[in-house]
Amino acid sequence: MNKPRLDDLTGGSQITTQGPGLQKSPLVRMTEVFALSRWYTKLIIIFACLLIPFIVHSNYAMRVIIYICLYIVLALGLNVVMGFTGLLNIGHAAFYATGAYTSAILMTSYGIPFWLTVPIGMVVGFTFGLAIGFPTLRLRDDYLAMVTLGFGQIVYIVANNWMSLTRGPRGIPSIPPPCINFFRWHIVIDSYRAYYYLILLFVLLTVYACIRARDSRVGLAWMAIREDEDVAAVMGINLGFYKTLSFAFSAALGALAGSFFAVFQTFVSPNSFTILESVIIITIPILGGLGSIPGTIIGAIIMIGVPEIFRAASEYRMVAVGAFMVLMMIFKPEGLLGKKLYQQVYKV
Amino acid sequence: MWLLSVRSLTKYFGGLSALKNFDLEVETGEIVGIIGPNGSGKTTFFNVLTGMYQADSGEVFLRDVKENILTKRTHHIITLGISRTFQNQRPFNNLSVLENLMVGGHCRTKGGIMSALLKLPGARRDRVWLKDWAHEVMSIFGDRLLSMKNNPAWNLSYANRRRLEIARALVSKPRVLLLDEPTAGMNPAESLQLVQNIQEINQRGVTVIVIEHDMNFIKRLCQRIVALDYGEKIIEGTYSEVRNHPKVIEAYLGQD
Amino acid sequence: MFWQQFITWINLGAMYALLAIGYTMVYGIIKLINFAHGEIFMCGAFFTWWFMTAASLPLPLSALIGILFATLLGVGVERIAYRPLRNAPRFAVVISVLGMSIFLQNMARIIWGAESQVFDVDFGISPIFIGSVIVPFKKIFILLTSLVLMIALALFIKKTYLGKAMRATSADREAAEMMGINVNSVITLTFAIGSAMGAIAGILYAINYNSIDPYMGFNAGMKAFAAAVLGGIGNIYGAMFGGILLGIFEGVGAAYISSMYRDAFAFAVLILVLIFRPQGLLGEGKSGEQAKAR
Repeated sequence: MNKPRLDDLTGGSQITTQGPGLQKSPLVRMTEVFALSRWYTKLIIIFACLLIPFIVHSNYAMRVIIYICLYIVLALGLNVVMGFTGLLNIGHAAFYATGAYTSAILMTSYGIPFWLTVPIGMVVGFTFGLAIGFPTLRLRDDYLAMVTLGFGQIVYIVANNWMSLTRGPRGIPSIPPPCINFFRWHIVIDSYRAYYYLILLFVLLTVYACIRARDSRVGLAWMAIREDEDVAAVMGINLGFYKTLSFAFSAALGALAGSFFAVFQTFVSPNSFTILESVIIITIPILGGLGSIPGTIIGAIIMIGVPEIFRAASEYRMVAVGAFMVLMMIFKPEGLLGKKLYQQVYKV
Repeated sequence: MWLLSVRSLTKYFGGLSALKNFDLEVETGEIVGIIGPNGSGKTTFFNVLTGMYQADSGEVFLRDVKENILTKRTHHIITLGISRTFQNQRPFNNLSVLENLMVGGHCRTKGGIMSALLKLPGARRDRVWLKDWAHEVMSIFGDRLLSMKNNPAWNLSYANRRRLEIARALVSKPRVLLLDEPTAGMNPAESLQLVQNIQEINQRGVTVIVIEHDMNFIKRLCQRIVALDYGEKIIEGTYSEVRNHPKVIEAYLGQD
Repeated sequence: MFWQQFITWINLGAMYALLAIGYTMVYGIIKLINFAHGEIFMCGAFFTWWFMTAASLPLPLSALIGILFATLLGVGVERIAYRPLRNAPRFAVVISVLGMSIFLQNMARIIWGAESQVFDVDFGISPIFIGSVIVPFKKIFILLTSLVLMIALALFIKKTYLGKAMRATSADREAAEMMGINVNSVITLTFAIGSAMGAIAGILYAINYNSIDPYMGFNAGMKAFAAAVLGGIGNIYGAMFGGILLGIFEGVGAAYISSMYRDAFAFAVLILVLIFRPQGLLGEGKSGEQAKAR
């Protein structure tokens, strides 16, 4: 039970391609000693993450790191539906938007504290996930992509036009920073360092939730659906229930990221939730490897970090993203740490 | 004592009838073989029985289940005790052997997303039980699956994938096990061993219906054989009765 | 007033129909949605505008060049984003084509700028009065062009050898291949015709609204796809019918419900059709559905 598992690195839960009698190379043994399932490895990683604000002093670098963390949450959420269940979703920004708007509206108009708006936002996101997951149960990949794209666009249009609720294109400004009132302690989260710890908390929660879900009965059902839907149904998996659940779960995580975004930016407007946003989120698990949690994290670091390095070429970012998607699918569809896709093959 | 009763089952594909008024009564503890040329409706029968296709007419009853099981939804049928393997090998390729088997036990365990997130003890207990049970099922095939249990399914040999599918079906604790050409891709020694495996499974109280082209395999394994052609039952009986029936010979060899 | 509006709706519908034909033709042959089709529509309009303004060629000539370029682009999309991915999971193809679409859209933005450009065409013919309804000549031009093209396409598919080859490939690719049809050239031809139609739709759209921008392909593409699904994807007549119908839906929705949400109506139609009648109004097969399991 407590044996180290190399496979955590490759994103599987219990897979080794090592045969029983094969000699392990020193490198493999090293990765086993520091496998992600070891408790001390986890501790070291968390500790290193906690230290980051003390090492990085530039505000700009902190900002980039916070964005990377934000996108880790978003991409891990999307990874649930795309990587675990194998359903294409090109409207993840819609869920992101629901979380952001829920927090923004509740905090500015009703004065509800941030900590309460987060679970409310997640519930709203969950509901939106059900709303899009249910009607698309029987749709095939390309249709699903088109419908989720349309859904994302509907949410964008509504956010842009429902003046009384969202103030339309003018957006919702001056969202107050979250604060912690604990007996005599009054901490206001308004510095980069504080924001970083807040998003780090969200990242850890998301990673935990994803791992627990993946290694559970539910995760197994999702992955069975990804591998072969018809067989999964015959093996007793309720396709409708589990597909919808995966959409809703993914949406709740998207909303969690949205809540953070609202307080971090202190301003939300529909322009942050366009289709291009969804596309950027999609490229992260694609790069890291669909279904792989460490892969997705690495993917977020690369996909969000690298464009920041080439800031001068920011105009070309989306062009590069588009070209990247095509090339990735042609040359390495399984991503950095993902597995070979064994789904229904497209035959002309 | 009957276990499964199929009454005038009919399935059309467009204008073609893949199954026509098919009747079959299976006794508890039997091993029934289904033979017939390609396209005679054997696999269609399994597909209808497991809810992958909707039947056009007919009824199927299972002992202790009150309603016609064709009215049940696909994922519900396995919980009633009907489980199957596939002709064209469909293991969950990226899941390990053990995980494949655990999917088979999905219907015998409980636990939703909340119990997974909160590590509730009920779901954990179910999971431990399921793992033990999956190991026990794997041991039917000796070391063949056990030694590969952490390998992904795509990494298995042809014969092992067949075994994996049988094991996956067994984890659901079926009363009726449907095997669709289990020996395809196996060598004679392996298929001989499979006969023993299936007999062992049968002795543990699982009723088996098997589709097969290999007549030697059928001869060794089945007490009763049903021959199909063009979706209709030609004859039903013991091996020698069926083997020498003129219609069966005609269906297989054509008419001169 | 109603008829005045009605003409506008039909006009819009005709353009959707032309664009929807591209989706439906490609879908018929390769059984996959061409996500980049909306960008071909946009590029057709932009190429034409480019030759009109930069090279100051007359409209018919620049339109011809624009259509040619867009057609080549469409064929290029197939070569780059589809062909290397034959026998790959459908999942991968969808992502690759989506990437292609993002690439084209942003390339256009970099080349031609993100702002909308004036697409100024003056036919120099005064509006026509039908009873009390004033119809600008350009609307009649658009309607006639669409109509002629649709009839020509229908005849092409029905009568010519190539049209028959396309239908055969659509019905059963392997059988068509065995009968000596070069499937690769049929696919190329399909993309070419679909892209040409899309480019023409783009030019007509530009003539109608007198303005073009790099993002116009996205919304128009989504709506035309909705039209194709509404009519029954894979069915060319369905695409024509669906296009006109969607134009009317959208017009009625914008006029009588809310003009702010006019873009949302098409998406709502798309989702509703996929839930309640996935095979579309004129379709037979159940498009987009895969699961046999209940």
